[in-house]
Amino acid sequence: MAVCVAVIAKENYPLYIRSVPTENELKFHYMVHTSLDVVDEKISAMGKALVDQRELYLGLLYPTEDYKVYGYVTNSKVKFVMVVDSSNPALRDNEIRSMFRKLHNSYTDVMCNPFYNPGDRIQSRAFDSMVTSMMIQVC
Amino acid sequence: MDSNIAHTVGLWSYATEKLKALGYLCGLVSEKGPDSEDLNRTVDLLAGLGAERPETANTAQSPYKKLKEALSSVEAFEKHYLDLSHATIEMYTSIGRIRSAKFVGKDLAEFYMRKKSPQKAESYLQGALKNYLAEGWALPITHTQKQLAECQKHLGQIENYLQTSSLLAGDHHLTEEERTYFCQEILNFASQHTDSPGHKVVLPMHSFAHLRDLRFTPANAVVHVGGILSVEITVCSQMPIPVRVEQITISVHFSVEKNSYRKTAEWLTKHKTSNGIISFPAETLPFPASQNSLPALELYEMFERSPSDNSLNTTGIICKNVHMLLRRQESGAALDSPSGVALEDGPHVLQCGDVTLAPGANTVTFRTQAKEPGTYTLRQLCASAGPVCFVLPHLYPLAQYDVYSQEPQLHVEPLADSLLAGIPQKVKFTVTTGHYTVKNGDSLQLSNVEAMPVLCHAENRAVIYSNAREKASEASLRVQSSDKVTSISLPAVPAYHVIEFELEVLSLPSAPATAGESSALGVTEAQRKHKDTPKAGHCMATTDHKVSIECPWSIYSTVIALTFSMPFRTTHALLSSGTRKYIQVCVQNLSDLDFRLSDSALADVGGSADLQLRPLNLESQQHICSRQSVFFVWELTWTREPPPPLHARFSVGFRPASQERLTVSLKPYTYEFQVENFFTLYNVRAEILPPAGMELCRTGALCALEVAITRLSDLLEVDRDEALTESDEHFSTKLMYEVVDNSSNWAVCGKSSGVISMPVVPQATHRVHMEVMPLFAGYLPLPDIRLFKYLPHHSAHSSQLDADSWIENDSLSVDKHVDDQLDSSSIKSRGSVHSAASSEHKGLPMPRLQALPPGQVFNSSAGMQILVIPSKDDHVLEVSVT
Repeated sequence: MAVCVAVIAKENYPLYIRSVPTENELKFHYMVHTSLDVVDEKISAMGKALVDQRELYLGLLYPTEDYKVYGYVTNSKVKFVMVVDSSNPALRDNEIRSMFRKLHNSYTDVMCNPFYNPGDRIQSRAFDSMVTSMMIQVC
Repeated sequence: MDSNIAHTVGLWSYATEKLKALGYLCGLVSEKGPDSEDLNRTVDLLAGLGAERPETANTAQSPYKKLKEALSSVEAFEKHYLDLSHATIEMYTSIGRIRSAKFVGKDLAEFYMRKKSPQKAESYLQGALKNYLAEGWALPITHTQKQLAECQKHLGQIENYLQTSSLLAGDHHLTEEERTYFCQEILNFASQHTDSPGHKVVLPMHSFAHLRDLRFTPANAVVHVGGILSVEITVCSQMPIPVRVEQITISVHFSVEKNSYRKTAEWLTKHKTSNGIISFPAETLPFPASQNSLPALELYEMFERSPSDNSLNTTGIICKNVHMLLRRQESGAALDSPSGVALEDGPHVLQCGDVTLAPGANTVTFRTQAKEPGTYTLRQLCASAGPVCFVLPHLYPLAQYDVYSQEPQLHVEPLADSLLAGIPQKVKFTVTTGHYTVKNGDSLQLSNVEAMPVLCHAENRAVIYSNAREKASEASLRVQSSDKVTSISLPAVPAYHVIEFELEVLSLPSAPATAGESSALGVTEAQRKHKDTPKAGHCMATTDHKVSIECPWSIYSTVIALTFSMPFRTTHALLSSGTRKYIQVCVQNLSDLDFRLSDSALADVGGSADLQLRPLNLESQQHICSRQSVFFVWELTWTREPPPPLHARFSVGFRPASQERLTVSLKPYTYEFQVENFFTLYNVRAEILPPAGMELCRTGALCALEVAITRLSDLLEVDRDEALTESDEHFSTKLMYEVVDNSSNWAVCGKSSGVISMPVVPQATHRVHMEVMPLFAGYLPLPDIRLFKYLPHHSAHSSQLDADSWIENDSLSVDKHVDDQLDSSSIKSRGSVHSAASSEHKGLPMPRLQALPPGQVFNSSAGMQILVIPSKDDHVLEVSVT
């Protein structure tokens, strides 16, 4: 259902970015990149609240004609950005949330790997397969 | 209004996008303007717009009107589009969404590019690129760089264009054709401008290729002046196609450290690491820049050794650039494209021309011949094709090589561990030519030492090694010996080679070895010193010979000292049997070599006819192994009594046992000694009688010991000393006897020593009786009986003497007061060996004892043994039971 999934590090460079191969990857890269603006805005807006009350799920960042961009931020300022097809009406907020939760769990697993240096690109096969499962359901 | 921007800006950007799309569709942005098809489409679109809605129809600038206007003409479209774009960008910037602003700016730049005004586009593209570089997004970077490349090309910014092209050519996100295209662009430019000697385009190398490692040959990067050094570098080319490079240059910085031992040949060859490969750290990605801004950790091992015995105390790892790592990171620093790289030019370069770098790893070898001694540091690596130079400005970690210049040297050392005197010994000469080239006719001149001739053989061979200890060749030497000088002609040898050859030398004994401690004999000759070191333990006596050699490379002559050790140590002893005398000479071989001794002879140097020596050795040749002793015995006979003292010289010929045949005749080894006072004067005989009524002695029972001291000869010269007294034409001398049992077999009871007055007439006998008790059973040797010359002194305090020393049992009486008549000065003559009473009394003159020379007293009962049987047959045995 997702068309593009990206994991952005705290310094705003992509740790993992993958999109459905049929589309122009560059377009998604730009889209995710510009969505970081909105993410930063939302984080800074929420930042005045206490840490406990901060929610991880950011919700819809901005809509475009064809796509919707959703965001999620972890406590360590790692951001997940997901681009979904607008044409799919069946997607609800809850489903998006669950997808983000899955992403977060997989990401935590990647971080737990002692051979993984934080800041490197994510090259884990388990993570890849999880993202593939999220994207495959397009068809 | 401003507060709502965040909510409305999305619409604005949407509108901009849509307008752009429409414009492109209607051909309003193309180069030539709308063609007929586009115009048709425009008309259709406008028609499809329909009528304006009534609400907005009255306003002057309603969106409907704007759109219509925009679509109607190229200029209008441009105006409206630019308005929208700028407004959007401003709005984004004001709310802080920089990335979105940059993204819209990119669109605008694309528009400008199509409108053929690349200079306006450039700023937008640069801005966007900076953003993407800072955040490390690879695909956007590549795409933006592509756009920027085109922009720069149109602008004619050659250097920037080439720089971007090289970055793109090495970028793996592009397809092969695209990369090849950009690479070709660079090559085309390079080939076009080879003729014009215009200024060079200097570009950083990291986009073109990167240096992986560097290797020196020889591996320790130390070479002598004139030697060949080769540097091999591995360069990984990131270009998609093979690139022909006209020249690859490494510029080298030369420095000379004066007065530094660390740069001399010996230190360098010992201390430089043998692994000559220097690896350069892999080129980290230029993005994300924030990750890259931390320099690599420089870690070094650290060892701490204890000063006393150099054992390891602690070891650890130190990071040397902590201050760099912990420096506060300035935001946005050093993210710009690298500032212009300066091309270094200097007199020292390593060059390699006409190299084709294929994609991937390439090996390039540089060769140089070292000229001046010093340290050379490799600084910059530059690959140039035409006017384009790719420069790696600073090679890190440091790659250095050292060139040294060595002085010629001569070493002379023995071939074996030590040199032995008296036999031909081989000495090895090593000539290190250093920077000096040995020409034909150069020779070493040794000044001859008389006591150490150099043995010349017909044919001498020298071996020549190269600097790396590889055998290069052999040559023949000519050794010519004249009266004062031995000349060794050297073969012609280039610089930095080693010549080795051997010569045989022989150290002649200049004087025969003498018995006992010998003082240093100083022979005053300028080049010859003769030292006999006193023998400590069983070390060989050594002789030093100094030879002065003149070398052709220096005006100063080298002085070589060679130490020869005497392989033999000789002692002599006088043996007696009754009145017959024997001389025993012991030759001890202290060296590791076996020798053969022959023609041993003992001759009387004094030349008196009264002494004869009869050899008792039957073997004419003796084999003496290493560390073995050989004894020679002669019987000494005399025709005149008393016999004169003997000055004897012992000589024996020797040669090494391994050589059957000698090339040169060797002088015999001689040893001189003197024997005096060997004529037997007194005969001592002891007898132990079992107690009365018993056949044999028993332990614990007192037995009688009778000692008979017999004078054998008349008055002799040796008797004339203070002990001699004269009365009524009879001479008598004073002797002291002492019975001591050191092996605790006997307990001497009663008086064990005493002074007797011995008349100086032949066969005068003095008998002494005492009692002894055997302590053990068995065959016991007799207790020792010693005789001393008693030199009395006038002493009023005769009570200082031990009470024991007064005679009680003697059959002759002694006059106590004879002491007073003697001179007190006799105390100061040569030292006495034994003193009866404590000699620590100060100022009071004491009688002295003087040991009789060993030849003068013969103990005829020396080897006797007395059988003692145990006293009781039963023994008490203690048994304890617990």
